[in-house]
Amino acid sequence: MSTTARDLVPPESRAPSGAPAKGVKSGKVRRLSRRDKVVLSLMVGIPTLIQLVFVWLPTLMSIALSFMRWNGLALTDVRPAGLGNYQYISQDYPPFWPAMQHNLLWLAFLALVATPLGLLLAVLLDQQIRGSKIYQSIFFAPVMLSLALIGIIWQLFYQRDNGLLNFLLGTSGTPQAVDWFGDSSVNIWAALIAATWRHAGYVMLLYLAGLKGVDPSLKEAAAIDGANAVQTFFRVVFPAMRPINIVIVVITIIESLRAFDVVYVINRGTNGLELISALVIQNLVGEGQVIGVGSALAVVLLVISLVPIVFYLSRTFGKENKA
Amino acid sequence: MSTTATRAGLPTAEERRSGSRPKRHYGTHIFLTAMAVMWLIPLGWALFTALRPIASTNEHGYFSIAGDFNFDNFAQAWTQGGIAKYFWNSVIISVPAVLLVLFLSSMMAFAVSRVSWKFNVTLLIMFTAGNLLPPQVLAAPLFEMAKHFEVPYAFSDSGNMLNTYIVVIAVNTAFQMGFCTFVLSNYMKALSADLTEAALVDGAGIWRQYREIIMPLCRPAFAALGTLEVIFIYNDYFWPLIFIQSGDRLPVTTAINNLQGEFLNDYNLLAAGAVITVIPTLIVYLLLQRQFVAGLTLGSSKG
Repeated sequence: MSTTARDLVPPESRAPSGAPAKGVKSGKVRRLSRRDKVVLSLMVGIPTLIQLVFVWLPTLMSIALSFMRWNGLALTDVRPAGLGNYQYISQDYPPFWPAMQHNLLWLAFLALVATPLGLLLAVLLDQQIRGSKIYQSIFFAPVMLSLALIGIIWQLFYQRDNGLLNFLLGTSGTPQAVDWFGDSSVNIWAALIAATWRHAGYVMLLYLAGLKGVDPSLKEAAAIDGANAVQTFFRVVFPAMRPINIVIVVITIIESLRAFDVVYVINRGTNGLELISALVIQNLVGEGQVIGVGSALAVVLLVISLVPIVFYLSRTFGKENKA
Repeated sequence: MSTTATRAGLPTAEERRSGSRPKRHYGTHIFLTAMAVMWLIPLGWALFTALRPIASTNEHGYFSIAGDFNFDNFAQAWTQGGIAKYFWNSVIISVPAVLLVLFLSSMMAFAVSRVSWKFNVTLLIMFTAGNLLPPQVLAAPLFEMAKHFEVPYAFSDSGNMLNTYIVVIAVNTAFQMGFCTFVLSNYMKALSADLTEAALVDGAGIWRQYREIIMPLCRPAFAALGTLEVIFIYNDYFWPLIFIQSGDRLPVTTAINNLQGEFLNDYNLLAAGAVITVIPTLIVYLLLQRQFVAGLTLGSSKG
């Protein structure tokens, strides 16, 4: 087959295409026949096209639409708006700043409570204690559930009149009973507990894998040098897990920016549960269909997300690019 | 589960090396047990509520173990909530999406990891970055693209791509492809270069190298990623919420939210509906937990 392909190409490109048949020293640059080139470009082209059309084109369109005014109806109705949408969300759109604060709170809570809790569980379960697998299975169970379902399960737990929490607190049926998801002064905390329920299990799982990868001789060396368990962990084991730590930092930031399902299931992200992601969708599906405002919010989300994304990519691919 | 439990009983090489002198971990056990109980309470409460008929709840209250326990709520939620239909919708979306994701990302991963060419790192970065974006960033343009993509009414009753499974499958595929390409390309990079060199000597083209040499070696990675992606796409709440407007076409994860309105104030029925939707995840959890865990850690270990 390669011979027929070779006959069709001009002589100057014949030499490389002949190489695979000999295949003696292909070196770093692999010599490809013409047929291989076609196959390869399809293998790359189809996924790349899908990725461009469904991920990167919409991202660019979000940026473009954030500078437009549009009701989402006819394409001819699109009007330039300059920075108007950004001015509107930062100055005249009441839920914007609460949402920014809630996203920040979400990040702080995951980073300071949920992630350390997951790490603690992993460290405790990594020492050979009895029933470790059973504990792991329990803590890991919520990771398999959708965040939408988690919202509903916690709704049953948090309800004012028939929820278990108020019963356990002894306030059920009394005027002191708190509607944990409905009361705008506490519902963000209630939602954060529900999110922690899942996030801690995920972090535990990743750290358990990370801890198994730490060379035991490092710990032994530290012990010989007279370090206690806490010192060994913070000075030796934790720094040795650097690659996992980076992944966990990125996951924690991205999860707090993506947080959406739980609050949307509870009350569509209103009344104390405003998050940027939920505001984007409210502006898209709501009455007015103010696409420009929604897109400006989406761009705010995008710009913030680019920080962890670029950090992660430069860590992961930095070495390869230099090579 | 049973296999993992028996494995846990055997001392590992690591354990023997560190000298398994009997350690007492009373404090640790007390803490872990307390945490485990707290972890199980929300699930346990949902199950407990689901098992009690509304009649005995009304008579004895929610916080009582008096009265009957049976599966009536499950039967009623199944029929009244139309959950069978939602499950079928989930299958229609998840199966093609997972197969497409694995197929397309395996080709892409092969091309960027086994063949040296100019833009392979650039493309891999683009794919990985795409997967890390919050989906809400793309939601509005994708919605408008689907709305303004007109098709014959015979193909879609909305006259455009909204309300079709195809758009949900396509977007899920595009969004998950980045992660799978990243994981698979790391996996393929770790395979020896001699494998394909030998094939090259035999005159095997790119497609045969991919299909007959690399693919069979990636089976463990496919098992792990396949399990993970089934759960990811089954659990996806967001894309059907954006694209599917008629309630009876929603997959189960997005549809359960509507049960809140349907089963108004009948929390027993809502709990039963919620527990039913856990069942497919539970099956995967019990049978393929190791694959799922492997998939999650595969993505992070090379990071």
